[in-house]
Amino acid sequence: MLELSAHILDIAENSVRAGARLIEINIEEDTANDYLSIAIIDDGHGMKQEEINKVLDPFYTTKTVRRVGLGIPLLADAAQRSGGSLQLQSQEGKGTSIKATFGLNHLDRQPMGDITGTIIILIAGNLDVDFYCKYRHNIRRFELDTREIRKEIEDVPINHPEVLKYIRGVLEEGFSEIKPEA
Amino acid sequence: MAKLTIADLKKIKEKVHKEMSLRDGDRRVKVTVHMGTCGIASGAKEVMDTLLQEIETAGANDVIVTTSGCMGLCSREPLVTVEVLNQAPIKYEYINPNKMRQIFKKHILAGEIQTPFVLAKGSEVNK
Repeated sequence: MLELSAHILDIAENSVRAGARLIEINIEEDTANDYLSIAIIDDGHGMKQEEINKVLDPFYTTKTVRRVGLGIPLLADAAQRSGGSLQLQSQEGKGTSIKATFGLNHLDRQPMGDITGTIIILIAGNLDVDFYCKYRHNIRRFELDTREIRKEIEDVPINHPEVLKYIRGVLEEGFSEIKPEA
Repeated sequence: MAKLTIADLKKIKEKVHKEMSLRDGDRRVKVTVHMGTCGIASGAKEVMDTLLQEIETAGANDVIVTTSGCMGLCSREPLVTVEVLNQAPIKYEYINPNKMRQIFKKHILAGEIQTPFVLAKGSEVNK
């Protein structure tokens, strides 16, 4: 995992496996405080306290097909290497939220990478999940909510190539306006 | 949302509706890109990017793409499963964007299984 967008994809896929219907991806950049945060909030089935305690243990996983679970430990490591940290809150039956913070200008902060492609993949690959993406750079903000898009397109599936092309256009335009640094 | 507006979405909806009325069968092929931590770390994102591009270029609206988690064969990632309707699923291993393009053109569009990249035929037993 060399890019933050790959971590976002990975953590959001966890949310999908947890049966989430709505996943919120919230990225904030604050240059004055040299701060970057990435939060992924879902309404999936959440975790028990004993699972929360083990979440940073790379040898803990809920999967039965293998014995390691590296997604969250890798993100925590990426955050810590740039002087940040990882916070996790989860409630059984309610959902999970993960927030990783980074030093925006820290030499060891991983680059954001292809965030547009990541959001497109999440939307295209998970037809029955909605995504609410927010990106803030200082005072400039950009939002995309697939629930709003779904309302307009009615029975056209959201992963139809034409719709994905539109979403890509919206994302590219949005990011070019807020000019993110990460 | 700025210049790209809701009116654009309405146009897309109308266009797609017109196309749908011309064709009946909707989904012919289902492609699953395995997106566990292992898959993402070994390049599944780039594979999926390529696949979505190819579908858009070819206008292949009868191909459905989905993602799934790790199936325990992390060392053989990125894995891609191609399931043509009424045929056994084919699992491909060590996929990269170039192999994905080849599989798209030869297997998904033309129906020739790309044997050199095949890991297995049939479905995994998912617990």
